[in-house]
Amino acid sequence: MDDLYREIIIERYKDPLYRGELNPHDITFEDENPLCGDHIRIDLRVDEHGTVTEAAFSGHGCAISQASADLLLESVIGKSLDEVRGLGKQDILDLLGIELGPVRLKCALLSLKVLKAGVYGMGEASDDLVED
Amino acid sequence: MATSSFNPGELANLLKDFPILSREVHPGVSLAYLDSAATSQKPASVIDAMDEYYRRTNANIHRGIHMLAEEATAKYEDARQKVARFINAHSEREIIFTRNTTEAINLVAYTWARANLKNGDLVILTEMEHHSNLVPWQILASERGIRLEFIPVTDEGLLDLDAYQQLLAQEPRLVSFMHMSNVLGTINPASEIVRMAHAAGAVALVDGAQSVPHFPVDVQDLDADFLAFSAHKMLGPTGIGVLYGKEALLNAMPPFLGGGDMIKKVMLRSFSANSLPHKFEAGTPAIAEGIGLGAAVDYLTHTGMDRIAAYEHELTSYALDRLSEVSGLTVIGPRAELRGGVAAFTLADIHPHDVAQLLDREGLAVRAGHHCAMPLHQRFDLPATTRASFYLYNTRADIDRLASALERVKKLFG
Ligand SMILES: Cc1ncc(COP(=O)(O)O)c(C=O)c1O
Repeated sequence: MDDLYREIIIERYKDPLYRGELNPHDITFEDENPLCGDHIRIDLRVDEHGTVTEAAFSGHGCAISQASADLLLESVIGKSLDEVRGLGKQDILDLLGIELGPVRLKCALLSLKVLKAGVYGMGEASDDLVED
Repeated sequence: MATSSFNPGELANLLKDFPILSREVHPGVSLAYLDSAATSQKPASVIDAMDEYYRRTNANIHRGIHMLAEEATAKYEDARQKVARFINAHSEREIIFTRNTTEAINLVAYTWARANLKNGDLVILTEMEHHSNLVPWQILASERGIRLEFIPVTDEGLLDLDAYQQLLAQEPRLVSFMHMSNVLGTINPASEIVRMAHAAGAVALVDGAQSVPHFPVDVQDLDADFLAFSAHKMLGPTGIGVLYGKEALLNAMPPFLGGGDMIKKVMLRSFSANSLPHKFEAGTPAIAEGIGLGAAVDYLTHTGMDRIAAYEHELTSYALDRLSEVSGLTVIGPRAELRGGVAAFTLADIHPHDVAQLLDREGLAVRAGHHCAMPLHQRFDLPATTRASFYLYNTRADIDRLASALERVKKLFG
């Protein structure tokens, strides 16, 4: 029906691979997009070299925000925290393989914002984290 | 309903008045605009009135002596008279032009309320309010310690008037509420709520953003002390709205913004305020927009508010029927007899953003989110809804398109 809803997005939305919570975890953070009430929590386990070994997300939101969280976590497993800090908007768009308008971009970037705020150990997630 | 709505010929002619309806939104996909509760489309007569003003008349108003200034002033003040007649105000002095409903409510909060309310005074609002009728009072509450209480909303989406009656025993100074909900569609019994407020000694403010555009509103019948509404939701332009206030109240209120036009006389250290309505209109106003609003009022009056209301009622009943056939779809709010042309719904557990985005692909413009009523969504335990809203230029065909597109959305996510 639509490019935005490519099969991979619908698939990951319906059957996410990284949905859940990790307890205990090394890093956790949550935030929401007040515009649409989307809410995402991300938990990470990190080994002694600073490499992400496990990742999970929970919360609720639209297909774009949920699928982007799932794809993002898949992509960060095995990456160093430094590499995670270097992720930006374009990386998410590449993962999703779609173009997004300004409103839906916020949905797509929520998980990256939450992830980076957690990795930086910030008190609050900022939009600056996802600007390229 | 006694008043007849539009016959097919009238409807076809009416649709031609709205140029935007003939555009495609995607290649080969025509527009079905179902977002009039957010903002309405504009008939050619409104667009032309503003275009004509800029092409032939443009000048600043009220102070100029030249021909253009006089013409511009006459047109602008003529629009004010049209608005006064439209809502049956006693005088055009009771019509204050603002930017929109939000500014009109804020004007009351910043002038009347600051002059009249003190620590501990009670303001009654409702759980269904738009943020524009919540936040100004929250600001006042934190600034001055006024108290806020809320008329609860029942599961059917109606105001609980028994609970309201009980709140009135606490002697509120102000009752401020919406005439029609932009989410539930509920048309509140405004005259009764105002009468009860007055009996308790309170002033009543009615948010008419969704009522004035859609059915006849007569401020004498309503007896409201203040009524706020926006031109852009009633076929007019953005950038202009109205605060109606009873003349005695407006006269007793301190001015709002200070500057040109709102003064009679200015000395270096003091000023005296202008008479109504100019006292509340500092600086150069939205002149073209005021004239556009006048043209919108002409259009609505000429078409007939009774007939518009009757037509929208038919359309809403039809929409509720059609939507109820979509499995997994739940409309929030009351039955058709108690509501205006708004239907907010959930579709299974599909996120409203996804619903709205997929509908857009088929040319259907709907809104997804909390519609500036977060507390109301919390009341119904919903993070967001998808909302279709109707106006005189919508047709059964739009609703048929909506219902069948929703079936396809379900299938994709099924
Ligand atoms: C009931 C209600 N009140 C107030 C408003 C605010 O109107 P505006 O944004 O024009 O100030 C709206 C519109 O969104 C509304 O639906």
